[in-house]
Amino acid sequence: MIWKIVLFLLIAFVSIAGITFPIVAKPEHWYEFPLIMGLGENAKIIFFHVPTAWLTVIAFFMSTVYSIKYLRKKDLVDDIKAHTSAQLGMVFCILATITGAVWAKFAWGSYWSWDPRQTSIFALLLIYGALFALRSAVEVEEKRAALSAVYSIIAFITVPFFIFIMPRIMRGLHPGSADDTNAGTVVNFQMNGNMLLIFFLSLIGFTILYYWMWYVGYKSMLYKEKLNKQYH
Amino acid sequence: MSAYALFKKDLASELRTRYAINSLVMFIVVTISVILFSIGNEKISDFLSGGLFWVVIFFSAMSGLSRAFVSEEERGTTLTLQLIASPTTIFSGKLLFNLILVFAMNIVVALLYSALFDAFVIKNLSLFLYAFILGNVGIAIASTLIASIIAKASSKGTLYPVLSFPILLPLMLTLIDLTKQAMDTTTFSSSYVELAILGCYDVVMIAASFMLFDFIWKD
Repeated sequence: MIWKIVLFLLIAFVSIAGITFPIVAKPEHWYEFPLIMGLGENAKIIFFHVPTAWLTVIAFFMSTVYSIKYLRKKDLVDDIKAHTSAQLGMVFCILATITGAVWAKFAWGSYWSWDPRQTSIFALLLIYGALFALRSAVEVEEKRAALSAVYSIIAFITVPFFIFIMPRIMRGLHPGSADDTNAGTVVNFQMNGNMLLIFFLSLIGFTILYYWMWYVGYKSMLYKEKLNKQYH
Repeated sequence: MSAYALFKKDLASELRTRYAINSLVMFIVVTISVILFSIGNEKISDFLSGGLFWVVIFFSAMSGLSRAFVSEEERGTTLTLQLIASPTTIFSGKLLFNLILVFAMNIVVALLYSALFDAFVIKNLSLFLYAFILGNVGIAIASTLIASIIAKASSKGTLYPVLSFPILLPLMLTLIDLTKQAMDTTTFSSSYVELAILGCYDVVMIAASFMLFDFIWKD
């Protein structure tokens, strides 16, 4: 219970602060954000866009961890945990794609321009889609669990190519691309203390939210299975 | 039973029916002619023809390479294979067969393509050759593993490109990029990173395939 209250306060604070704190050229008060050249007011979406993209990868990672666990122990509970995580990952992947497209419209002028990171989030969408297609094609539970576990492991080892290698060697619009001259890594660019604080609070808040959703998700799926077995 | 014996058995049964070879050749012809029809008398840019080259290869690979495992399921010989050989041997044999098939197919595609498309001119032939070889190896490994998944999931044909595309995407993007570079410059110095990515992809995929194939193969 205490966690839910903490989470509520955290997300509420991040949402309110992220949207309402003013952006000024020279921040003097604790509640003012600095002006980032080329972004202006639309820099605020970073508090929602980056956490969704982060959770897309985290959810996929968790799904792979439980897939490996399934292949080692052959326990169907692990398969359900992996599947729930993949479902949540799909939701966050769609959210990251949409918030990213909206941000791109206002920052770069078009919704979609095949920047390397846009390509990689699209590839993640395809991977999740393929995973669900595979799951729906197999009837037998054990077989379905084993095949989708293998596929999600194989897919996960291609993710470093998308997330870490391609965006850094290819020309692109995101910070950290190969032809980027004014910024270093993704996070450090010209944020000041309070902006970084809210950014990381948002990351933490969304991660707890993911964990909670995942817990409720796999518990409910387990109960559903149990009820199905009782009445059939 | 050795991997080479399995390869010889596959080759013999393939030469008897010529199912995969026929469908591959026809698929290459169909894909290239569809592209030629849609281009018509237009003049396409060099880079576009370089990208379309890999489109032809991807879809041709998707039409024929799943045979390796699907044919065993169809004939009902999977259990026999499970009894007489270890999973590693079976995967090596099937991989060898698919490697030969991919190389033969892609050499045909490359020859046909460069004969039919005026815009497709490679300036740096050795760079293209390195990319071609590393890329073919990657395509063969990934598609063999996905073929084994497909053979176990009862829906045979339709899922294959759906499952393969995301896995092959990093390879394809790098290959398209390298083809552009091979058409553009004659120097090597700017392409080492891309070649390294192809090499990494091949090594990572082959390691993962041999580790994971046991779990697919054993019911």
